[in-house]
Amino acid sequence: MSTQLGLPPEDGAKALGRAEPVLAPRRVPWRTIILVTIALVGGLLMITPFVWAIATSLKPRGAMLALPPQLIPSEPTLSPYVEVISRFPFLRVFGNSIAVAFATTAGQLVICAMAGYAFARFQFRGRNALFTLYLATLMVPFAVVITPLFIIVTRLGWGDTYAGLIIPGMFSAFGTFFMRQFFMSIPRELEEAATIDGAGTLGTFARIVVPIAGPALATLAVLSFMGSWNSFLWPLLIINDRDLMTLPLALSTLQGMYPGQTQWNIVMAGTVLATVPTVLVFLFAQRWVIEGVAGSGVKG
Amino acid sequence: MYERGWQRYGILALFLGPSLIGLAAFTLLPIGASLGLSFTNWDLLTPPEFVGVSNYSQMLTDSEFWRTLRNTATFLIGYVPLVLAAGLLIAVLLNARMPFRGVFRTMYFVPVVTSWVAVALVWKWLFNPAYGLINSALGGLGIAGPAWLFDPNWAMIAVILTSVWKDTGFIMVIMLAGLQGIPREYYEAASIDGATRPQGLLHITIPLLSPTLIFCLSISLIGAFQVFDQVYVMTEGGPAGATMVLVERVVANAFSYSRMGYASAMSWVLFIIIFAVTIFFYRLRRWQA
Repeated sequence: MSTQLGLPPEDGAKALGRAEPVLAPRRVPWRTIILVTIALVGGLLMITPFVWAIATSLKPRGAMLALPPQLIPSEPTLSPYVEVISRFPFLRVFGNSIAVAFATTAGQLVICAMAGYAFARFQFRGRNALFTLYLATLMVPFAVVITPLFIIVTRLGWGDTYAGLIIPGMFSAFGTFFMRQFFMSIPRELEEAATIDGAGTLGTFARIVVPIAGPALATLAVLSFMGSWNSFLWPLLIINDRDLMTLPLALSTLQGMYPGQTQWNIVMAGTVLATVPTVLVFLFAQRWVIEGVAGSGVKG
Repeated sequence: MYERGWQRYGILALFLGPSLIGLAAFTLLPIGASLGLSFTNWDLLTPPEFVGVSNYSQMLTDSEFWRTLRNTATFLIGYVPLVLAAGLLIAVLLNARMPFRGVFRTMYFVPVVTSWVAVALVWKWLFNPAYGLINSALGGLGIAGPAWLFDPNWAMIAVILTSVWKDTGFIMVIMLAGLQGIPREYYEAASIDGATRPQGLLHITIPLLSPTLIFCLSISLIGAFQVFDQVYVMTEGGPAGATMVLVERVVANAFSYSRMGYASAMSWVLFIIIFAVTIFFYRLRRWQA
């Protein structure tokens, strides 16, 4: 790493001196090869835990405890998957996670977009104070809220219900802030033109503003969906009914399902089943996920 | 807003009402209730009994609470520097021109989108003293690995390593965005002046990246104070209390021991710490700007 920036002297001489044949293949510089190698080794190390989880999930009980452990199972079997599906309402749990994540996300998008728009465009008394209050709640750790929130939600009769899982998650001060920042950044002219054409606020919002907000809504949707999908502490407190469990909660009970030694091949089968959809959604929506995370840093 | 008279209020209520109701019911009311409860003893069965500041004064003499604070500090001191250093190094690496950058970025980022419960289970199995991959690999190198999650001296280290693995990609993406905001011309100018690559990193990258670095430092600190999922799944605070941390104790006091008042007081101590950290970084950014 002690080479000089820019062209090393001999390359410079080469560039000035004899010209290389036009069709000769470009040589890949050593520096690039080294960088790619380092990145590859690091990347492989990063995904080793996933490989290990998949390998374990394909092993019969005996091979799971073989020493030294095999990264590629010698006699792969699907029996841990059959076992985890038969002993646990996995499809049901899956459906719960999908339903809860979709409902939470949809609610959050509508509520945050409308509130964010109100803070960005409406003039009303106390607006700035109210917005500051929203921002202040971002500092409050979930641990402060959780005990009374549990009591409020159970008093509302939402213990062990989908409502209890979904409704408290639909309100997000961060989402409101995020949408407000976006609406502040778009020019008012389009909305003003719509008003001159006689559209009301609601019509302008629905037909002009929301379509422009597509990318911001997509980013918020991805963040909200992943947050809900991976949420653990809240479902842990509010849900006891096995039929209402979401994936992380169901997974956490797998390790205690068998008396004595945890059957890791079965636990890993469950983990793989739970993780594959998340990773697929991520690969598909990677742009918005990464933009969302990066944007939270640059603007925050 | 273009409507007049009562219609204005109707539109305002329509846009802001749902959000305000949610904020009031599920955030403001719980915050107030939690502060109130922190001055009471309440076991959920009998009515809350006002006890003044005794929950707070009890904390001062509660050795378990001090242990919890120490453990949280240990986690933070291990986790924060490691995750920042790893995130920065990988970001600098992937900011260079090279093929397959997108593929590498994905490899480093996948742990971020995986649920904590799944990650904690996989690492619990990786750290298995007898059959786990880590101790087998160490054994291959002739090192007898520790019992990790079963050893009070090693359990927190295992939790820290797991957390660093999961969050490095997150820090990396934020740092990459920061790095891409630094014009390449600066490096070219420096190289014409004879600066070496490490000098460029030290004198151009670090100073220009400092707002991003400070942001990453603040979010990783605030996150570290609130560590919960991984501890709950991997150790439940054990062995022998070696991984008891603040949020885990708040949850245990409230929902296992039904000590709602004490749990609330503890959560307010956590809030005060986070508040102080946030204000500190806010001031730092203003001073910097």
